[in-house]
Amino acid sequence: MKVRAQIGKVLNLDKCIGCHTCSVTCKNVWTSREGMEYAWFNNVETKPGIGYPKDWENQERWNGGWSMKSGKLKPKAGGKWRLLAKIFANPDLPGIDEYYEPFNYDYQRLHNAPDSRHQPVAKPFSALTGQPMDKIEWGPNWEEILGGEFEKRSRDYNFANVQKEIYGQFENTFMMYLPRLCEHCLNPTCVASCPSGAIYKREEDGIVLIDQDKCRGWRMCISGCPYKKIYYNWQAGKSEKCTFCFPRIEVGQPTVCSETCVGRIRYLGVILYDADRIKEAASVASEQELYEEQMRVFLDPHDPEVIKAAREEGIPDEWLEAAKRSPVYKMAMKWRVAFPLHPEYRTLPMVWYIPPLSPIQAAADAGAIESDGLIPQVRNLRIPVKYLANLLTAGDERPIVRALERMLAMRRFKRSQTIEGKPEPELLSQVGLDEETVEDMYKIMALADYDDRFDIPTAKRELSLEDPYGERSGCGFSFGDGCHTTSGGATRTDIFGGKPSRRRGFPARVEFKVRKNTETEGE
Amino acid sequence: MTYINELLFGVFPYIAGAVFLLGSLVRFDKSQYTWRTGSSQMLSNDRKFIIGNNLFHIGVIALFFGHLFGLLTPTAVYTSLGMSTGTKQLVAIVAGGIFGLICLVGIAILAYRRTTDPRVRRTGGQMDMFILYLLFAQLLTGLLTIPVSTGHLDGEVMLQITGWAQSLVTFRPDAASYIMDIHWIYKLHMFLGMIMFLIFPFTRLVHIWSLPLGYVTRAYQVVRKRPVV
Repeated sequence: MKVRAQIGKVLNLDKCIGCHTCSVTCKNVWTSREGMEYAWFNNVETKPGIGYPKDWENQERWNGGWSMKSGKLKPKAGGKWRLLAKIFANPDLPGIDEYYEPFNYDYQRLHNAPDSRHQPVAKPFSALTGQPMDKIEWGPNWEEILGGEFEKRSRDYNFANVQKEIYGQFENTFMMYLPRLCEHCLNPTCVASCPSGAIYKREEDGIVLIDQDKCRGWRMCISGCPYKKIYYNWQAGKSEKCTFCFPRIEVGQPTVCSETCVGRIRYLGVILYDADRIKEAASVASEQELYEEQMRVFLDPHDPEVIKAAREEGIPDEWLEAAKRSPVYKMAMKWRVAFPLHPEYRTLPMVWYIPPLSPIQAAADAGAIESDGLIPQVRNLRIPVKYLANLLTAGDERPIVRALERMLAMRRFKRSQTIEGKPEPELLSQVGLDEETVEDMYKIMALADYDDRFDIPTAKRELSLEDPYGERSGCGFSFGDGCHTTSGGATRTDIFGGKPSRRRGFPARVEFKVRKNTETEGE
Repeated sequence: MTYINELLFGVFPYIAGAVFLLGSLVRFDKSQYTWRTGSSQMLSNDRKFIIGNNLFHIGVIALFFGHLFGLLTPTAVYTSLGMSTGTKQLVAIVAGGIFGLICLVGIAILAYRRTTDPRVRRTGGQMDMFILYLLFAQLLTGLLTIPVSTGHLDGEVMLQITGWAQSLVTFRPDAASYIMDIHWIYKLHMFLGMIMFLIFPFTRLVHIWSLPLGYVTRAYQVVRKRPVV
């Protein structure tokens, strides 16, 4: 047993309202720079839909994640020599149009347009070339609230083994939101496919990062990651990814996306796991067993054996205490209501999702709601269970049904207790819960106070070899050459090809020509 | 003439070599963030690029090693293996010609792409364009030596050139005198080659140093420990 700790995350999809606050705050902090305009470390997709980048879940197309085809766990794109053979041109690399061509609007036009019969408009221009764009063809959230025709959206990979045609009809349609970020996996394929060894997982908190100095831009990680959560910065020539806001996590603050989530759907907490079991768990033959296998990698923070082994590994006591209180541990492991996203990729992801409840489909047929005793039948929910299972458990419906039933039971019980004034504890035993557990679930999942959502121990810098006092007033977090002065030097040209980091150099906006004597420009 | 010859082929190679080594070291140390391949694949990702870039790299790597061993293998080594200088010249012409053509097709595709694709053109730097056309010119001059070479298949000119190269790397002062009277196309090719070494540290070519062979023996997963007291 080799105990390690990770800050895990849970997203409660049952409460996500699709407001994109997480995406926007993340973007403003991390990816508003040149070369990263198209990248969203956090994005929110409307499901069903093909997502961002297009069709990202389809690994037959992108070859991301791992494969057990040869009986050995290998990246789906191939072994090491095979991968090196693709280094000159990666055939699995999504082009930028699979994300979208980034654009800005010519807002100045609204101020400086000459008199005309029609309202002037701020035209879009490409952030790549500076040229005007006639029509924006795709964006980071093109399918928002079921935008676009069902025909296209229904290419969603999660419709596998679902009779999807009926969901194209208005009265049967369903929808949910899926916020996505880097999964900070236990068995990441991006790390495995980096030829330079620049991507690494931090032992102390499990955050997966790219060493920006060591990255050489071989771009194998981009296709290797099955979630397409590594982005190539075309200006810097380096890959970048979600950092799990490590400068915040280290001081005990939640990530920006979690902090700003208005729906209070995000949770952060410590999970203990056994690093020696990772490979075995990722190598299980049947994809449907991957979820259960991953659960076996996690360790019970109350078990004295585990605590002893964790101390031997040097995990601080504050972390062990936080592991016992961890909301992530409770929801994912104890109550089994949160699931990994696409476990079939064999990456053992560490961002967990609580499946959404949805209106009872049959409620339209007045009074005809089926129920198992007091709990309505989960199969009558509008979102097909199979669809959720394809998303979260490689198609195994049983864990999803159990989770949804537990959530329904919690609702029903709290309703009987607070509205009807007659608690009905008997319906809890049907789903393997007791009153005490349900009260805790209610506190964490429904009320979701700040302190219950985020339980993040600090990074214990005082235990680190480097002298923290010496770091005071030193160069803090920066991108690229931020603190070296090569790119911000006295001369305008950096001899090594770096670009000035202080201000944006490109693209210069191409002025739109004012056409004379046309109807729109008028006189 | 002798002075110019001495300057270009006796002194300049050392200047170029010194800048190449020291420049690379300084860039690696001071500005590693700029040390990358500079790939533009994701901006314009089609079959044309995949074919072009593969052909170019296969060609150029073969040419590099061909030149390395061709120029620096001492005459005594291959003659003792039973290969005459004439045969060696023929091998060089045939292999160089084949890989030169492979590389030529590749670089022509890449040059067309970089020049005409608005995304690649406008996001790339001037140095990217310059190094591409320098490589193109270098390749063309290299291929143009072939018709000249076929006029004298006895391997004498090759001995002059390998003598120059081997004298250079063994620091003999008479290096430039070996090639005093060879055809100007060879000299042009050699001069451009040295320019390439000279500007190497200031271009995306530095990625050649980072050939990731260590990947093959490395474990798939990389976990970094924080240094703990």
